[in-house]
Amino acid sequence: MLASSRALAVGMLAGLAFAGSALAQDKPRAEVMHWWTSGGESAAVKVLAEQYTKAGGEWVDAAIAGGEAARAAAINRIVGGKPPTASQFNTGKQFDDLVTQGLLNTLDEVAEQGKWKSFLPPSFVDAASRDGHFYAVPINVHGQNWAFYSKPVLDKAGVTAVPKTWDEFFAAMDKIKAAGLIPIAQGGQPWQERILFNVVLLSVGKDVYNKIYVERSADAVKSPEFRKAVEIYGRMRDYVDPGSPGRNWNDATALLITGKAGVQFMGDWAKGEFKAAGKVADQDFYCQVGLDGTDLMIGGDVFVFPKTSDPGQVKAQTLLASTMLTPETQLLFNIQKGSMPVRGDVDAGKLDACAQKGMKLLADPAHQTAVSDMLISADLTGSLQDVLTNFWNDKGQSVDDLLAKFAAALQSGD
Amino acid sequence: MAEPARARTSRPRRRSAAAWALAPAWIVVVVAYLGTMAWTVVISFTPSKLLPVYTFVGFDQYARLFTSDRWQVSLWHLLIFGVLFIACCLVTGFLLAVALDQKVRFENTFRTIFLYPYSMSFIVTGLIWQWLMNPGLGIQNTVRGWGWQGFTFDWAVNSRMAVFALVIAAVWQASGLVMALMLAGLRGVDAELWKAARVDGIPAWRVYVSIILPILAPTIATATVLLSIAVIKVYDLVVALTNGGPGTSSEMPAKFIMDNLGFRQNIGLATSAATVMLITVVCLVTPWLYRTYFRSQAGRT
Repeated sequence: MLASSRALAVGMLAGLAFAGSALAQDKPRAEVMHWWTSGGESAAVKVLAEQYTKAGGEWVDAAIAGGEAARAAAINRIVGGKPPTASQFNTGKQFDDLVTQGLLNTLDEVAEQGKWKSFLPPSFVDAASRDGHFYAVPINVHGQNWAFYSKPVLDKAGVTAVPKTWDEFFAAMDKIKAAGLIPIAQGGQPWQERILFNVVLLSVGKDVYNKIYVERSADAVKSPEFRKAVEIYGRMRDYVDPGSPGRNWNDATALLITGKAGVQFMGDWAKGEFKAAGKVADQDFYCQVGLDGTDLMIGGDVFVFPKTSDPGQVKAQTLLASTMLTPETQLLFNIQKGSMPVRGDVDAGKLDACAQKGMKLLADPAHQTAVSDMLISADLTGSLQDVLTNFWNDKGQSVDDLLAKFAAALQSGD
Repeated sequence: MAEPARARTSRPRRRSAAAWALAPAWIVVVVAYLGTMAWTVVISFTPSKLLPVYTFVGFDQYARLFTSDRWQVSLWHLLIFGVLFIACCLVTGFLLAVALDQKVRFENTFRTIFLYPYSMSFIVTGLIWQWLMNPGLGIQNTVRGWGWQGFTFDWAVNSRMAVFALVIAAVWQASGLVMALMLAGLRGVDAELWKAARVDGIPAWRVYVSIILPILAPTIATATVLLSIAVIKVYDLVVALTNGGPGTSSEMPAKFIMDNLGFRQNIGLATSAATVMLITVVCLVTPWLYRTYFRSQAGRT
């Protein structure tokens, strides 16, 4: 009697355990590698994880601070044969080699079923596919040439309107300087110096920008527009505080949030920091695309799905890819991230004032330019970045020095 | 003398047993060390970008490497850093050891304090000094807070001084190790020598310079080799303290290699740089190691 009941109990337990494991197997488990670790970014990742859980999956977070480090770790794992389920890359050429070496799964089936081509802007279909096959899920659009102005600082310095020309800009910076505050909050890392230069270059000459990054034309470097951009860029160095070198972008944003600095040129991910600090666009800070609000420099993040034949993993990849592009995920995620949805058909009214400005420009291809790293290789990006950061940090370098080095770097590498 | 004991097992069998016991070590050496080195050299002759490919392009990567401004500047920084770091560590370490050898009170406490930085990761050292040398947070800010407004100490963010900022942090970290080695060496000096010198009325500094230092030569050689290895490897300190900046004013070869392996997706160039470093180490350190360790042993038998 006793023995049989015990056997029954054991049997039931075993049954439960079996049922439990069966349940766990049903849940597609996705290990996702990304570099979203700042306050605003991790809030956005949480949205993705929640949406995936709601869709019936199990999210395993593999966050690695710093895009370079995260990509290197993902590539090591892919090459080493233990790939994550999905991994973040920037829109652009970063994952070209993974595609040509056949290390990614295509997403053609999910894309077909979800009718991705019906709602993704053509430039994003191009960015996510190679030779007609989808290899990546674009998850957001980042404008990289935003200028954020701290309202309290502008008020204190007596600047009444957001500047629209470079002359107005420097006049405003002089006022902020005179008020004893930091005019430009610059994160002093080479990639931030690169972004800043590109913002200036785009505002001064869109044609030259495209000639340089699309055609790699060394003649464009000799143009008067390029020279003017370098001069403005060089002049900005006088408006940066001595603590800038080495500073992270979010620490620079914090200078605006705490009312210590006037303006930061940064991608719209900075907006996530404002949001996390409880600041509201157009009330506590102003945002402007570029200098005068005409051209949006767009880039973004994508997820790629490393090759695997494990059916459980394929299922997890399929579910994740479709979850990332649902209108609900797109809206909730991008609100937290500070970026814009890749779908044109979501309710933009729920986005903040800055994102709405961006969405307007996003609707018209004439007002868009791709970020430089979508157009040139990581290698060339790095070489040009070396030239720009050396100029920025060495006031002994003349404009002509930079022109010569930039032209030389443009032709070396590939 | 020991022949009777050895006679029980024949020599060949003993050898083979020893060889078997060493087999795992040999496998590790061949696969993990020599294998990866050989692979690195092979890849350096290919145009590999993000992933390794095996089409060969001869010395293209090396040609590009040596025309690269950033590589040249990195080598130059390594030279400055290496010479200053090794010299300062040896001098500071020796002076600390001599001071501790004067039978001071609380010697153990001092020894621990001086050796403590060495137990820290370079990342921690780098961060501490980054804060100390940041004009907005560290020493400069504090001193200005005391009223000395003109005081400037911003080496970590000053492009002309950033390399020296690295030297300061590295010396702070590694002098303790040299001190420990030197102190052991000093304690090994025969007390009779000191007595004889005192009887002859030779001043202490003279004894240190003319007698003790030559006796310490092997210790100094060991310390130098250890420090040289730290110089070639210097990476984490750079990343934590200056991240190669401002600009490229404190870039180092190891960071050039890591940047090209990762962000710049340029494995071919990175491995060619790594190969150049390997050859440099082999050319410089090997004869030295050979002279210090092997020849002296050969002389003894």
